[in-house]
Amino acid sequence: MKSGSNLERLLESGQFAVTAEAGPPKGSSPKVVQRKGELLKLCCDALNVTDNQTAIVRMSSLSGCVLLKEMDVEPVLQMVVRDRNRLALQGDILGAAALGIRNVLCLSGDHQKFGNHPSAKGVYDIDSIQFIQTVKNMRDEHKFLNGEDISGDVPFFIGAAANPFADPFEFRVIRLAKKVAAGADFIQTQGIFDMSKFVKWMKMVRDRGLHEKTHILAGLIPIKSVGMARYMRNNVSGLSVPKEIVDRMADAKEPKEEGVKICLETIEQLKEVDGIHGIHIMAVAWEDIVSRIVEEAGLMPRPVV
Amino acid sequence: MITLEQKKFQEIEKMTTGYNRLLVLGCETCAAMCFAGGQRQVAELVSAIRVARKTTGEQGEVLEEAIARQCEPEFVDLIKDEVSDCDAILSLACGAGVQMLAERFQDKVVLPGCNTTFLGVTEELGVWSERCAGCGNCILDKTAGLCPIARCSKQLLNGPCGGSMNGKCEISKDVDCVWQLIIDRLTKLNRLEMLEEIFPVKDWSPAGHGGPRKMVREDLKS
Repeated sequence: MKSGSNLERLLESGQFAVTAEAGPPKGSSPKVVQRKGELLKLCCDALNVTDNQTAIVRMSSLSGCVLLKEMDVEPVLQMVVRDRNRLALQGDILGAAALGIRNVLCLSGDHQKFGNHPSAKGVYDIDSIQFIQTVKNMRDEHKFLNGEDISGDVPFFIGAAANPFADPFEFRVIRLAKKVAAGADFIQTQGIFDMSKFVKWMKMVRDRGLHEKTHILAGLIPIKSVGMARYMRNNVSGLSVPKEIVDRMADAKEPKEEGVKICLETIEQLKEVDGIHGIHIMAVAWEDIVSRIVEEAGLMPRPVV
Repeated sequence: MITLEQKKFQEIEKMTTGYNRLLVLGCETCAAMCFAGGQRQVAELVSAIRVARKTTGEQGEVLEEAIARQCEPEFVDLIKDEVSDCDAILSLACGAGVQMLAERFQDKVVLPGCNTTFLGVTEELGVWSERCAGCGNCILDKTAGLCPIARCSKQLLNGPCGGSMNGKCEISKDVDCVWQLIIDRLTKLNRLEMLEEIFPVKDWSPAGHGGPRKMVREDLKS
């Protein structure tokens, strides 16, 4: 075992994993994260705590992880390279290890221009792939980026993101291969609406044998309304929402029900795709729907390993 | 070249108020190429300041001059006499030019009339874009001659990130994704495999993060 995390044990034992997102608040109350933890603890194997998501300042990801851990929910520490240089990233990795956090997701982060401090100076000292490599080296070689020794263990299950829907499409699998070579133990993908493109990407992933070197968790975003579908199609970079999905939401008498239906259909299709080891549900501001989706997808109860 | 643009007139007017003898000094190299601080822009700005001063009733004289390069001491020293009877110099050069004036004319007020924008190229008349970040360690041999330090919004060395769509950067539909351009060019050159290797962490110390930079060529020093 690299980290001994629940997520690692589950994936290594060949079971289908379920993760979800528990974003921290724009405030100091621990209750928001605790409430999401309560809602999601029984239906998920680990919860991602986002890191100043969409470049909007929120409670720190590490604090959110600690709050979850205190209630026996396993966190995935998301870390973006936008806000911290190599000193801060490595320092936080050590701190997270000390606090018992065992999963980390290494990300570039949305550009600061999108957020609520658009005039901020972006850091981007190292990129997400170099960060994966850094954490792997800290864990496996007990070395900092500069080659100095680290005292103590740094047991992390290392994750990375993949977006099969961004351009250039043909390069997306190469970028995944680089992340795997850098040390990504698991992958959480961008939310999937365009199944045919995703299937095409997965074929390229299998052709390179990457599905055997890393655990791929397919991303899902439950849609609440046609407005949300349109917003994602038009405004969220790196997302592909086909017209068919928008039309279904527009025609639905009960849009929320239709959103759940679309999500469940996607999960069924994903179960048929060779090389998928789990799902990652990003129900932003709709966390209470996750348990129903997991239940109706036949993925309850969650296995204990 | 170094690109620059003239500050808004309002800001210039406010900055220059109260100086009885003001010298507006142009720079005939980069500033002229950018139509920001060449002889012609100096003349235009001087007339605008004179007109504004007439309206507000402010007294004093506004003089004009332009030199070949404000970043070279020998050119700057050519205007010593002219500067001596001025209260202030409004420089229409880049930040390097402004500072050279401040160094050479210790007892004079020196004001910046331009904003220095970037190291770039002229795309067409009236359009300039950034090409170089002056990082002190050129990697263009590894990126098909297109710079991700200067042109990727996240300075990614193993890009493109998940925000690249239809050849454009996630920050704006008007900004090209340089990684898309790099990939297109390497594909054409049949060398895309170059990008399969992980690009190592960059040493940012020659990029200015090691403190202010200085370059010394012993062989040229007198």
